[in-house]
Amino acid sequence: MSRGTLLALQILVAVVCIAFWHIFATYTIGGVKLLPPFFFSTPFEVASRIVRWFVEGTIWKHLWITLVEAMLAFVVGSLAGVLIGFWFARKPMINAVFDPYVKMLNALPRVVLAPIFALWFGLGIASKVALGVTLVFFIVFFNVYQGVKEVSPTVLANARMLGMSERQLMRHVYWPSALSWMFSSLHTSVGFAVVGAVVGEYLGSAAGLGYIIQQAEGVFDVAGVFAGMFVLAVFVILIDMIVTVIEKRLLVWRPVASMDAR
Amino acid sequence: MAAGSSAPAVSTAAPAVSLNDVQVSFRLADDTTYTAVQRATLDVADGEFVAIVGPTGCGKSTLLNVAAGLIAPSNGTATIFGAPLAGLNRQAGYLFQADALFPWKTAAENVAIGLEIAGTPKAQARERATTWLGRVGIGGFGNRYPHMLSGGQRKRVGLVQVLIRDPKILLMDEPFGPLDAQTRQIMGNLLLDLWSADRKAVLFVTHDLEEAIALSDRVVIMSAGPAARIIGNWTVPLARPRDIGEVKLERAFHELHREIWEALKDEVMKGYQQTGGG
Ligand SMILES: Nc1ncnc2c1ncn2[C@@H]1O[C@H](COP(=O)(O)OP(=O)(O)OP(=O)(O)O)[C@@H](O)[C@H]1O
Ligand SMILES: [Mg+2]
Repeated sequence: MSRGTLLALQILVAVVCIAFWHIFATYTIGGVKLLPPFFFSTPFEVASRIVRWFVEGTIWKHLWITLVEAMLAFVVGSLAGVLIGFWFARKPMINAVFDPYVKMLNALPRVVLAPIFALWFGLGIASKVALGVTLVFFIVFFNVYQGVKEVSPTVLANARMLGMSERQLMRHVYWPSALSWMFSSLHTSVGFAVVGAVVGEYLGSAAGLGYIIQQAEGVFDVAGVFAGMFVLAVFVILIDMIVTVIEKRLLVWRPVASMDAR
Repeated sequence: MAAGSSAPAVSTAAPAVSLNDVQVSFRLADDTTYTAVQRATLDVADGEFVAIVGPTGCGKSTLLNVAAGLIAPSNGTATIFGAPLAGLNRQAGYLFQADALFPWKTAAENVAIGLEIAGTPKAQARERATTWLGRVGIGGFGNRYPHMLSGGQRKRVGLVQVLIRDPKILLMDEPFGPLDAQTRQIMGNLLLDLWSADRKAVLFVTHDLEEAIALSDRVVIMSAGPAARIIGNWTVPLARPRDIGEVKLERAFHELHREIWEALKDEVMKGYQQTGGG
């Protein structure tokens, strides 16, 4: 299938869905409206809401806030995950001692942490970043740990035979291996950074995409909710596309695998 | 024992590699021990090219690992130029049986790294790496990552990765294993060419008897495992420089081949049965 046909088909799916939505929300069929606008709004209303947000410029502030929160969560969570993952992998003792606690913390549903973070860090950016960090950290941590552990024993033996010191092993063997694992989970960790930010906003804040959606829900403004969800979805897709580009750059040395599903 | 007809006649100096009554046992998961090599005594003189041939699973790689210092023998000793080996063998370059290139480095970076970590400036190391890659016929592939190279090209990168550091001892574990017959011959001649320039001590593992005879000064045969031993030791009376294709046509080659094969074939059958063919 060529790229053109594929794109056409993908667009067709959206058009059909929106058409059905429009028809069932506007016309009465057999005496009932299948999608009453009060609960489902209409495509035009949602679209005009989105346009208004962008024309009036109110949305930019919220997008920016969510972006900043997600990026901070990603950076802090990744840094911590890389450092601690590396440390645990190189020190089996540390790992053995902390292993049950790591698993326990990771098993905790993060939503329950949101109110506590709001209490500790206030209703501003910090509490959302903290929530995102708890999500990003574990993904990066487990991947980096695995990356260090999964270095091929032959490659390692080769490196040592070539005369590498312990520090050079870190730099030329463990580190690239760990990073490659981390990069291969980039989509997931970036996604979770956004989730952390939005959920945090939703549960208590004064700005951000999660806040918009929550506000709209509070007054049964279904069009607002849908518009917010749509902007959020596009926002996530854009970020994901950027991640794909970065990933291709960073992992040139890898045999092509997960990429190019499109 | 006499060295090969054209091997240097150094007998006073200590051998480059000397394994004395080496025994290697592995502890298995169920807490039993598996003795892979029972008793191996083997000397490789400086400048000598020794080939080890044996049935699959007999412990050839294990012996090389001992010589490299990657495995400590459970019994017996390994000495390198007269000094007992403790830890890694710093005088040796090791071409592994399995893929050992750094997948995240290009071919040129893989070759240059051995120099870089020893303190050679990066630009200079890269330049020499490119020269070496050219010497084995893949000068144009320096920018490729290992997964973009063919099996034979990877083996050549591995070879120069080791050679560029100019080790005194060369340990090679079935370096031409996965290659087709023609490529093996080309690589073999290439190896002899490079080796004749500075005559390192070489310990060369192969399962191909013809290749062993064609390349080496001496052929060592191992019995089938477990508890493998070295059961034979033949000096190769062929003149150097050799061309692998031509040397196989000589009568001396055939006689030696028949003689060694007599000793080897029972072991090969045994090895195949005992280790389940691999
Ligand atoms: N780490 C290990 N633990 C347990 N057994 C091992 C280990 N390494 C090797 N062995 C066993 O020791 C024996 C010798 O292994 P080795 O790899 O030296 O064989 P080889 O002669 O190189 O065989 P091949 O020609 O197939 O490469 C085999 O039976 C193998 O199963
Ligand atoms: Mg082997």
